[in-house]
Amino acid sequence: MQTETRKEIIRLDNVWFDYAGEDFLKNLNLVVFQDDFLGIVGPNGGGKTTLLKLIMGLLKPTKGKISVFGKSPEKGRKQLGYLSQFKEIDFDFPITVEEIVLLGRTNDHFFKKFSNKDREQTDSALRKMGIEKLRKRKLNELSGGEKQRVFVARALVNQPQALVLDEPMNNLDMSIQKEFYEILQDLNKEMAIIIVDHDLDMITNFAKEVACVNKCSTHSIRYHSVTANKILDICHV
Amino acid sequence: MSEILQYSFFQNALIIAVLASLAGGIIGTYIVVKRMSMISGSIAHTAFGGLGISYFANVNPLIGAIFFSLAAAVSIAFFRRKAKNRLDILLSFLWATGMAIGLVFIFLSPGYSTDLFTYLFGNILMVERADLWMILILDVIIILTVLVMFNSFLAVTFDEEYAEVRNLPVTFIFIVLFSLIALTVVMMIRVVGIILMIAILTLPAATAQLFSKTLKKIMLYSALITLIATVSGLIISYYLNFATGPIIVLLISMIYLFGIFLSGWKKNSHKTS
Repeated sequence: MQTETRKEIIRLDNVWFDYAGEDFLKNLNLVVFQDDFLGIVGPNGGGKTTLLKLIMGLLKPTKGKISVFGKSPEKGRKQLGYLSQFKEIDFDFPITVEEIVLLGRTNDHFFKKFSNKDREQTDSALRKMGIEKLRKRKLNELSGGEKQRVFVARALVNQPQALVLDEPMNNLDMSIQKEFYEILQDLNKEMAIIIVDHDLDMITNFAKEVACVNKCSTHSIRYHSVTANKILDICHV
Repeated sequence: MSEILQYSFFQNALIIAVLASLAGGIIGTYIVVKRMSMISGSIAHTAFGGLGISYFANVNPLIGAIFFSLAAAVSIAFFRRKAKNRLDILLSFLWATGMAIGLVFIFLSPGYSTDLFTYLFGNILMVERADLWMILILDVIIILTVLVMFNSFLAVTFDEEYAEVRNLPVTFIFIVLFSLIALTVVMMIRVVGIILMIAILTLPAATAQLFSKTLKKIMLYSALITLIATVSGLIISYYLNFATGPIIVLLISMIYLFGIFLSGWKKNSHKTS
């Protein structure tokens, strides 16, 4: 192992998170490196989404410290590409593929107008995901796999150093899932991938390492090159 | 027909119809795409509290309405995320309390009955010059703000969480957007009144959404539908000698039903062809 030379990008030290007065996550420790392809698994309601939202600065830990590129999540998250669960998206919203990806270029200026550079980055993200022909299509005219590519394109539009994905595979058939994981594997050459997925077979096939998050356990654990059965055993998924 | 155009009250009404349709089409679109009809209903009814107080104090009632609706808008935007599951309670509280305050103060004022009816159900034919200026200023504020903040509004109405991840000041943007709803509400009091307002804020945009893909087009079609309904509504009301609000709302409802029918028919004919 050559962990000394790997660049550390995200670190959680003794992180606790309360939900409705109960300890929801206890004493969580996790380090993510620049070249990681980290699968996050755990039982439903075990805190996987909460963990990602803590990293993205959407939730604040009750105790402990989170650093993203050596900064607070609010500052460091600029370098992260984020794909939330689809259930938070209104697919009937009147918006085109191009607009969604372009909106990914927003920043803290609320009066921002998009520049040529924003449009170039949008074009390049659309091309990268192979959806440049869909640019004028409305969101609810797309298939599940196409929608997923749109949101990955949005996550990529700021050339992030890591992608954070929360169950992007829900309701997609196996061949699309596999194709998608192959894209992630390709992206992993340039950036870290952190993915929550309940499909243990995919995770074990593609992720380099797996972290298990369960609110009952006191900390997350990393396993190298594991089998689905072993995860089941140790994580009680 | 041509003789009514000579009357200044009718000219005022026409100007208001155009101004209100512009703001209503734009803001109504946000209300519909972000599913905020209850929020705007609550802001509208809260406005009545301020309206009653300034009516009692013998000030232009629209002034009080502006203050109350803005206060409602800011508090809803501020507490919306904190009270996530209980937002309905906050909306109901503002809704009914605003109405009650307004009614108490209007009952305390002598000779209120016809005016009360006007504020509740609208009468665009009774607009005064002073209102005209105020509504023009509100219209300019609404349109300029949307021009400047179009991308921010799109970002937070489409995907709030992602906007936050990109460090947009989400709560601030919602305060501005809800404040624009509040100003639109004030403009619409003259047109359709408090009680019927929800129709003019939602149905034109809902109809427009059936036929267009982008926010800008929905805004345009929605403004046109509102304009057609208000202008024909006020002509009909004039000849029937009837309050404009109910007529305008019935026209809007009919256009909406027709739109639903037409879009359903279009879909079916696509399938069979």
